[in-house]
Amino acid sequence: MAERVIYAMYDDDDVLKDGAKMLVAKGVKISEVFSPFPIHGIDPIIGIKNTRLGIVAFLFGITGLMLATVGMRYFMVTDWPMNIGGKPNFTYLDNLLAFVPITFEFTVLCAAHGMAITYMLRNKTLPGIPAQNPDPRTTDDKFVMEIRLSENTKYNSEELEKLLRETGLIELDQKEIK
Amino acid sequence: MHKEAAIREPLILGHKTYHDVTEDVCRPIEDKAPKMWYILFGIALIIGLYGVGCIFYLLGTGIGVWGLNKTIGWAWDITNFVWWVGIGHAGTLISAVLLLFRQKWRMAINRSAEAMTIFAVFMAGLFPLIHMGRLWVGYWTLPLPNQFGSLWVNFNSPLLWDVFAISTYLSVSLVFWYIGLIPDFATIRDRAKKPVSKKMYSILAFGWSGRAKHWNRFELVSLVLAGLATPLVFSVHSIVSFDFATSIVPGWHTTIFPPYFVAGAVFSGFAMVQTLMLVMRKAMGLEAYIHTKHVEYMNIVIMVTGSIVGTAYITELFISWYSGVEYEAYAFINRATGPYWWAYFAMMTCNVVSPQLMWFRPLRRSLIFTFIISIVVNIGMWFERYVIIVTSLHRDYLPSAWSMHYPSHIDIGVYVGTIGLFFVFFLLFARYFPVLALNEVKTILKSSGESYKNAPDTHSHNEDNHSNH
Repeated sequence: MAERVIYAMYDDDDVLKDGAKMLVAKGVKISEVFSPFPIHGIDPIIGIKNTRLGIVAFLFGITGLMLATVGMRYFMVTDWPMNIGGKPNFTYLDNLLAFVPITFEFTVLCAAHGMAITYMLRNKTLPGIPAQNPDPRTTDDKFVMEIRLSENTKYNSEELEKLLRETGLIELDQKEIK
Repeated sequence: MHKEAAIREPLILGHKTYHDVTEDVCRPIEDKAPKMWYILFGIALIIGLYGVGCIFYLLGTGIGVWGLNKTIGWAWDITNFVWWVGIGHAGTLISAVLLLFRQKWRMAINRSAEAMTIFAVFMAGLFPLIHMGRLWVGYWTLPLPNQFGSLWVNFNSPLLWDVFAISTYLSVSLVFWYIGLIPDFATIRDRAKKPVSKKMYSILAFGWSGRAKHWNRFELVSLVLAGLATPLVFSVHSIVSFDFATSIVPGWHTTIFPPYFVAGAVFSGFAMVQTLMLVMRKAMGLEAYIHTKHVEYMNIVIMVTGSIVGTAYITELFISWYSGVEYEAYAFINRATGPYWWAYFAMMTCNVVSPQLMWFRPLRRSLIFTFIISIVVNIGMWFERYVIIVTSLHRDYLPSAWSMHYPSHIDIGVYVGTIGLFFVFFLLFARYFPVLALNEVKTILKSSGESYKNAPDTHSHNEDNHSNH
């Protein structure tokens, strides 16, 4: 279904942030903000929840820790115990200290890569995916706020434009998107 | 917004706008490469190819073509390995540790320092691989199910820990670096005019659009990766030092090795960053972003880590005498006064004396002086590894086995070749990649840029924003 979208462009992050605050106070729903760098403090204003990727990293890390422990116990204790200078190696605990470095490395490996892959998938940023920013200047020095008419039934497009014009924007654009 | 004291030197000089930052970083990529780039690239490529030729000769003939003998079984190969890994440490330290400490000056240098890390670890990884002689069985270092009886790799061996440490370090650094690069590639993509470069940068940018939610995730992922990379960077060189410290060779069997190696690694890594950065800022016109203050900060790190290294040398020397173990004492007396005294002397001068000169403010703020010292430090750190490895081995318990190490031309060729290859990679990076984390730099423009920070406060509304945090 085609939908009408208003794009308001700003040339300063603080102006956009103040504008967003004003609009949200009047009950306007801002569906997206495109910016060349993270605007600190914009997320709570437009209602974006903090990401849970930190938990993902922790879970991947725990997985790595367990895999490393289980793997090394199997290799070094169950399957083929090695006699190294006659040191006791009957249980995993006997040799635990020697296993610390690899356990640590493998935990970090799984946590970092697991989180990075999840990040790419959640963002839908992968090689070959086309860019979706409404204007090429939003990766340079412009900041764009996206407002969908379907999400703001309280106002019609003229009223919304009038409100937006009070926020110090530099360009205003209406588009049909799929 | 974060406010900074006016007395603090600005990190970005001049009157830059957000657009200027984009322009300054992207212009060298979009313009034609200067003639100097082609000349340097040509030289690096020839040296690198010579090194590759030497490696092929080595693989075809066997590692007997190196100057090793039955007493000195480890020499230039492992020296070069440790040297390159050490150099690699600065990149992760700058991007991860300084991120955790919220040091804003890192933003001007983290991208290229981390590129340097990755290329240096490539070079380092080459040495253990070619030292196997049979490169094609390199996968035997992995714990794979196999048909040689149920024979596994030895998880109690520091050499295997090294395999895990280096490969984790390389791959995590690569991911950390690339995640930061994606938004900057998107900037270049959106500016590109030519169809081929537009296509290439579109693929590299992964379709990044700069949505608010994506930035939210970006910041958390950077922070968590920094948190993971920080212990990683310390573990990697600790594990490299275990290769020696867990042995029973006098001169290697020392508990001081892990901290001493980590400090040495950061020391040499920052020196390499200085060498590269001082040339790059000039060649690419980035003087406004990487200036005397950045150089001074890095020199302070060099001074501190250099002092730790110096203390470690002297502690080691003292303990060898105080331990009362005559073999241990001899290893150190032999280092300082034996046939390799000149290597020990080079190490002491370059690593202990030269960083102390950084106590003087005019010296640590002098770019030419910094450049010279940065090269001196890297020469010194190469000698440090040479001294530790060769002088500990060349006179063992049996005087009839005493020997000297003379590098063959293949030894030299492989080493010089890796320097060539390193510069091939780095020059390609400087030509096609954004050498400055340009979108990160934009975030500090208002708090640390010269034109903003000392301007009269026009953004009075910023004050209310604090209540939202």
